[in-house]
Amino acid sequence: MVVWTDFERTAIQDIFSKIDYAVVGQAAFSRCLIVYPWTQRYFGGFGNLYNAAAITSNPRVASHGKVIMEALEKAVKDMNNIKATYAELSALHSEKLQVDPDNFMLLGHCLTIVVASQLSKAFTPEVHAAFQKFLAVVVSSLRKQYY
Amino acid sequence: MSLTEKDKAAVKALWAKVSKAVDTVGGEALGRMLLVYPQTKTYFSHWPDLTPGSEPVMVHGKLILGGVTEAVSKIDNLRGGLLELSELHAFKLRVDPSNFKILAQSLMVVIATMFPKDFTPETHVAFDKFLAAVALGLSEKYR
Repeated sequence: MVVWTDFERTAIQDIFSKIDYAVVGQAAFSRCLIVYPWTQRYFGGFGNLYNAAAITSNPRVASHGKVIMEALEKAVKDMNNIKATYAELSALHSEKLQVDPDNFMLLGHCLTIVVASQLSKAFTPEVHAAFQKFLAVVVSSLRKQYY
Repeated sequence: MSLTEKDKAAVKALWAKVSKAVDTVGGEALGRMLLVYPQTKTYFSHWPDLTPGSEPVMVHGKLILGGVTEAVSKIDNLRGGLLELSELHAFKLRVDPSNFKILAQSLMVVIATMFPKDFTPETHVAFDKFLAAVALGLSEKYR
């Protein structure tokens, strides 16, 4: 079971209370599709993803970014049970969507960059470490059903 | 995934700004790396203080940033231009090359906190490619 310090819990909850899910979700997801273009393979039905400008203005990318943030919020609301919270989503990603699990951290990295840009000095090394730990737990839980 | 002319221009433009903060960016990146990815501390067990902001971290961070600045100046030939640094990392420091990616990520987070408007997705992809090419150049002499 994951052990969270009080600082880590507060830091994670604080970040999620400060960010706008629509803005951050769109920014992180579109950044992932731009910086790691092979991730576009999972979104063939999303329309125009031909270049950075198209991706940034794509409405399906924007709405899906928000969906991702809302799913992350579930983990934030029950940090002691992230594995159980994501059991269904893990099965969905492995069996239906068939996403290579190595891609999860690519999105995680882009989300870190976006949160860092927004929080600036408030994204201290200690807060950064807590966020990284949170993402590692999320990714590990999403990977659970793959084997 | 080689660097296009557009990538090189984006990296140079970003670095022109980042290198002005030479006293802080490197140290911050190194400090974050040691805290966020504690396994990297194994390379610095001889230092008295590994906490972010400490003197050895800031001094060494500035050194590392100088290395990246050198790489930017040699952006047209990273494989050949980084041979000396590669020998240092391969034979003396023996840093596992997987760690180059970790430091690269820490550096990009620091740049995002300090230069959010400049670190656009297009600049990010160019810089990510550049740092991957630097890592490859540093790994050249390993085996």
